Amino acid sequence: MAGVNKNMPILIVDDYKTMLRIIRNLLKQLGFNNVDEAIDGSSALQKLRDKDCGLIISDWNMEPMSGLQLLKEVRKDVKLKELPFIMITAESKSENVIAAKEAGVSNYIVKPFNAATLKGKLNTVLGSF
Amino acid sequence: MALPTLNQEIEQQLHDLSRTGSCIDPKDILEVVESIMVSISGDHASLNHRLHADIEALANYINAAKAEISDIKADKINREFLPEASDQLIAIVGATEQATNDIFEAVELIEELTEKMTAETAERVTEAVTRVYEACSFQDITGQRVSKVVTALQNVETKVHALLQAFGEESGAEGRAAAPDTGVDGATPASSDEHLMTGPQMPGEGNSQDDIDALLANFD
Repeated sequence: MAGVNKNMPILIVDDYKTMLRIIRNLLKQLGFNNVDEAIDGSSALQKLRDKDCGLIISDWNMEPMSGLQLLKEVRKDVKLKELPFIMITAESKSENVIAAKEAGVSNYIVKPFNAATLKGKLNTVLGSF
Repeated sequence: MALPTLNQEIEQQLHDLSRTGSCIDPKDILEVVESIMVSISGDHASLNHRLHADIEALANYINAAKAEISDIKADKINREFLPEASDQLIAIVGATEQATNDIFEAVELIEELTEKMTAETAERVTEAVTRVYEACSFQDITGQRVSKVVTALQNVETKVHALLQAFGEESGAEGRAAAPDTGVDGATPASSDEHLMTGPQMPGEGNSQDDIDALLANFD
């Protein structure tokens, strides 16, 4: 439990309600219950500016604002730029991973993923828990 | 008069004129100009003939294409088959989403009940529930794959509609709005990373999680 606040607000962003529910349930199993949702980059950005957030977990392929565009907006924002940002996406081409990394992504999970992968990436980004 | 012969005559006339020195009879000039005019009108006739032949061939090609389109009932394909195929695929996504939600309802209830189970049983049930959650991601992946097919069908629908209009055929439908162009055919992408949103890769393509982790490690 070293140093990870499991009450931290987490924003999950995906245009598929099924995936939002999967991530929310897996986070709940890991002890993270303070989870909010958004269905695209624009609404996520608005939520991030309206209230505190400790971690963003976002899909890439969304309209009108994609996950990559959201990431770039977050990194441009003085108040949000340090926020950990994990991309969970079916986009698995190297060019995607490189583009996300260059935009400042904290970690990258390819769909379909399992609970162990999610936990591992959370450990990497937030610290061991 | 054949053109080569005509050109030779003009050449000869010009040659003769050059030999007359500084004094040239206007009649001679007139003869040369008339010869040139005859030569030009001969070229025009030839050009017109070739143009007419080309246009005739093009018209025959268009008529043959129209006949083929009529034979394959392209208007029916566009009016019925393609929209029907798209609707069926969209319905599949809707049905799998509904089924997945039903599974979630049941599994979430089971997970709640683990509080009333022994620690050992609860742990085993939770593991099983986790596997169900993981498996349910199929709905997201298949949804994205089907969406790609629907987008392709809608683009075909729009192109067929345009083709029918170009050949003067009535498709009977305006063709539903095409999905956003992915820029594959050179059109301007809707957003800066549109070209990076290609969805799930086919088996054997793209990177595994291990590949991606290794790629990310190169940045550290």
